[in-house]
Amino acid sequence: MSAVIENHHDDHDHGPAKGITRWLYTTNHKDIGTLYLWFSFAMFLIGGAMAMIIRAELFQPGMQIVEPEFYNQMITLHGLIMIFGGVMPAFVGLANWLVPMMIGAPDMALPRMNNLSFWILPFAFFILLSSLFMEGGAPNFGWTFYAPLSTTYAPPSVTFFIFSVHIMGASSIMGAINVVVTIMNMRAPGVTLMKMPLFVWSWLITAYLLIAVMPVLAGAVTMMLMDIHFGTSFFNAAGGGDPVLFQHIFWFFGHPEVYIMILPAFGIVSHIIETFSRKQLFGYSSMVWAMLSIAILSFVVWAHHMFTVGLPLAAEIFFMWATMLIAVPTGVKVFNWVATMFRGSLTFETPMLFAVAFVVLFTIGGLSGLMLAIVPADFQYHDTYFVVAHFHYVLVPGAIFSIMAAVYYWIPKWSGNMYDERLGKLHFWLSFIGVNVTFFPQHFIGLAGMPRRYPDYALIFADWNMVSSIGAFLFGFSQLLFLFIVIKTVMGGKKATDQVWEGAKGLEWTVASPAPYHTFSTPPKVD
Amino acid sequence: MLFNLLSFLKRNTFLIALLLLVSPFMQADWFALNMTRGSTDISNEVFELHMLIFWICVAIGVIVFSVMFYSMWAHTKKKNPVPARFHENHKLEIAWTIIPFLILIAMAVPASKTLVKIYDDEAGDINIQVTGYQWKWQYRYLEDDVSFFSNLSTDLDEIYNLVPKGENYLQEVDEMVVIPAGKKVRFLITANDVIHSWWLPAFAIKQDAIPGFVNTAWTIVDEPGIYRGKCTELCGKNHGFMPIVVKVVEQAEYDEWVFAKKQEAIKLAELTTKEWTAAELVERGESIYEVNCVACHQTSGQGISGIFPALAGSDIVMNNKDRNIEILMEGVQGAAMNSFSYLSEVELAAVITYTRQSWGNAEKGDGEIVIPKDIVDYKEPKI
Ligand code: HEM
Ligand SMILES: [Cu+2]
Repeated sequence: MSAVIENHHDDHDHGPAKGITRWLYTTNHKDIGTLYLWFSFAMFLIGGAMAMIIRAELFQPGMQIVEPEFYNQMITLHGLIMIFGGVMPAFVGLANWLVPMMIGAPDMALPRMNNLSFWILPFAFFILLSSLFMEGGAPNFGWTFYAPLSTTYAPPSVTFFIFSVHIMGASSIMGAINVVVTIMNMRAPGVTLMKMPLFVWSWLITAYLLIAVMPVLAGAVTMMLMDIHFGTSFFNAAGGGDPVLFQHIFWFFGHPEVYIMILPAFGIVSHIIETFSRKQLFGYSSMVWAMLSIAILSFVVWAHHMFTVGLPLAAEIFFMWATMLIAVPTGVKVFNWVATMFRGSLTFETPMLFAVAFVVLFTIGGLSGLMLAIVPADFQYHDTYFVVAHFHYVLVPGAIFSIMAAVYYWIPKWSGNMYDERLGKLHFWLSFIGVNVTFFPQHFIGLAGMPRRYPDYALIFADWNMVSSIGAFLFGFSQLLFLFIVIKTVMGGKKATDQVWEGAKGLEWTVASPAPYHTFSTPPKVD
Repeated sequence: MLFNLLSFLKRNTFLIALLLLVSPFMQADWFALNMTRGSTDISNEVFELHMLIFWICVAIGVIVFSVMFYSMWAHTKKKNPVPARFHENHKLEIAWTIIPFLILIAMAVPASKTLVKIYDDEAGDINIQVTGYQWKWQYRYLEDDVSFFSNLSTDLDEIYNLVPKGENYLQEVDEMVVIPAGKKVRFLITANDVIHSWWLPAFAIKQDAIPGFVNTAWTIVDEPGIYRGKCTELCGKNHGFMPIVVKVVEQAEYDEWVFAKKQEAIKLAELTTKEWTAAELVERGESIYEVNCVACHQTSGQGISGIFPALAGSDIVMNNKDRNIEILMEGVQGAAMNSFSYLSEVELAAVITYTRQSWGNAEKGDGEIVIPKDIVDYKEPKI
């Protein structure tokens, strides 16, 4: 895609307001993007601190640091905060910054709603975290909150948890509607659907997934609320309800949710690999079709999380085959990335390092996913550390590496400054080693029989748990380096050029660095 | 020579640091790295299936990553300053859609076959109902009218690192499930409170225990021995502390065991009519309290504020004998307190008496004891 920009310096072009009101009242997509990104970073550190507590307890067999009850609260909050507070808002932040600039729009279509959908998030997490200080403690039933553990047997704070999930859902739905409306209506002339940058495509699909499944999650928690406070028995067997129904509803949300957390990553990685290979992306249209088919298939595989609940044989076989089918379009994406690099002209700046690591480690996560899809084998894998290893491989060096790659890749455009390449590489290597030392052994701990959500374990698992904990501490503390690098870059550094990267293509690289407060007030011409 | 060494060290500091970092783990337990083959035909089949898909995945990984690493090595900007211009290749793209599809079918077909075998639903020679409770398992032998609870027997002092941990740390119970070798045993799995999951890796059985549902699983084990498993669905505080131990014995030994269990039951029934003193009941009640009640109400009887109420100083426990019995028999609606009506009359009387006599309750309250007959009376149909 090539673009011609008219560089105009309109006099009426105004900058941001001063002080705190700039951030409270802002309707500017760049400001809101920044808010989302910092917020998710804060949540990433809080959720990460909880992971450190978990790994410290698991460092050795026996109970040392926390009690089992508190341990369960930690795994629950860690999961919820990382998913709803870390990964999802980070992607929304990136969408805010990038979608309008990539399609040549002046802003998001619904700027006031944009402000609202961000500013309700801090309240959601304030409520969730405050439950730690309530009588009976924070939610302790896992991020999957299976009933009746999360209803009849839950601590009183579950009501606050439900309220908090409702707010997060409202925020996500508003954010998603905004993305859809923006992409559908505000593309610059010439930016046809099949010319849209892949990050935009990935977000368009993600947004539809969000709109489809967040209401389902809201339904699930509302039914819980009714069971807890209004005497219904949706999930209470004693009252004629069905605890398995909860799992069907949850995973009908939950499986598309995991793709919500990976599709934008696919988009990001495609851009970065293309840029640093200095070669056009291989198979653009098959990339789009692959994402579409993954998204559609993601609605018919939910019960692969429930192979052991006693589904009928026909259902087990259907969900096994459907799940395995997802590996086909996923494979296509991986092959396309490799083919893009093949005979390119590669350099390995920090974003590319993260992107390459993404491809390798995400693929490992995809392959273990394939193993999990095999029902008889899943009877052995399910709810062990093998599953923990699987989803951490797709989420940490998957989703989170892609977010870090995106930050390194676009931060020169956002801040006008280059980050420190040496520190960036150091951060990459520490994270890369840390992530693998943490999660690779977990595959084997799981195969050898260690269940997940256990605060204590049999002695044969001791050695590898210690290795895993050491890796986790390494990974955890390396993220403080990331914080330092980001702050250092925002404060100053080598000035970035407009194009920033030699191989970078796309509208966002045609505007100045840092990107002016308002871009594309007049649509660019694209042919 | 020395210089060479120094420069080697300098060039490889990173590698050496890494080696130093990992060297303590070189002695780590290399045997605890894979799934067990298990000891039934099904578990062997599952193991083979696991190894098959594992190696297929390794092969896919090796192929994809070698192309990628080759390109990262050969197609750097230095070595290949002018990038190629291709960006699609229909033949290639069709190939890498169809071939994975075929590989998947090759994996899914044997998997489906094994699954059909696992789902065989003929009745077993022996049928055992397995019920998950927070946080223990109950086993009921449906043909023989034998029934008991199986609790973790690891000492709290081991868990809290006060004494060295034993060989079967967290994998030992006070009473094992006994089954005969070579017989088809069917487990009917359900739960009383929240969802649990009954996992025995050596039999390749993992079935969720769900309140209101009965799931089934079966096995035939030829090799006598002791097999250990765990709860695998988060079920609250002591999820990690409700192991499963199955003892497989020859038929003759199994018959003896069943006979002994039945004798035990008869003895227990006799106890119901015995004259009990408060001291005897308290003594008996303490151990029942430790197994059934401590997890929530705590040894001190203080409970956990906000979730589990205190029994020490509780008005019901001190002054309201009838309601006290009723709560144990019926549970409390909408709370974690379930019915304990599955305990015997003696056990119930003993544990209630224990709570009414401990922590100063007897002094502050009416001090009355509950005898087995009170429970029997409660159970009489009320007109
Ligand atoms: C080829 C692609 C994939 C396949 C075939 C696959 C398959 C599976 C299966 C069968 C399970 C259930 C395992 C069990 O509980 O026994 C599972 C769990 C999970 N997967 Fe995947 N997966 C894939 C990709 C992903 C991706 C891309 C993500 C997220 C970015 C993801 C996130 C998760 C999570 C979070 C869980 C565990 C949820 C929980 O129980 O807490 N997976 N996957
Ligand atoms: Cu899934």
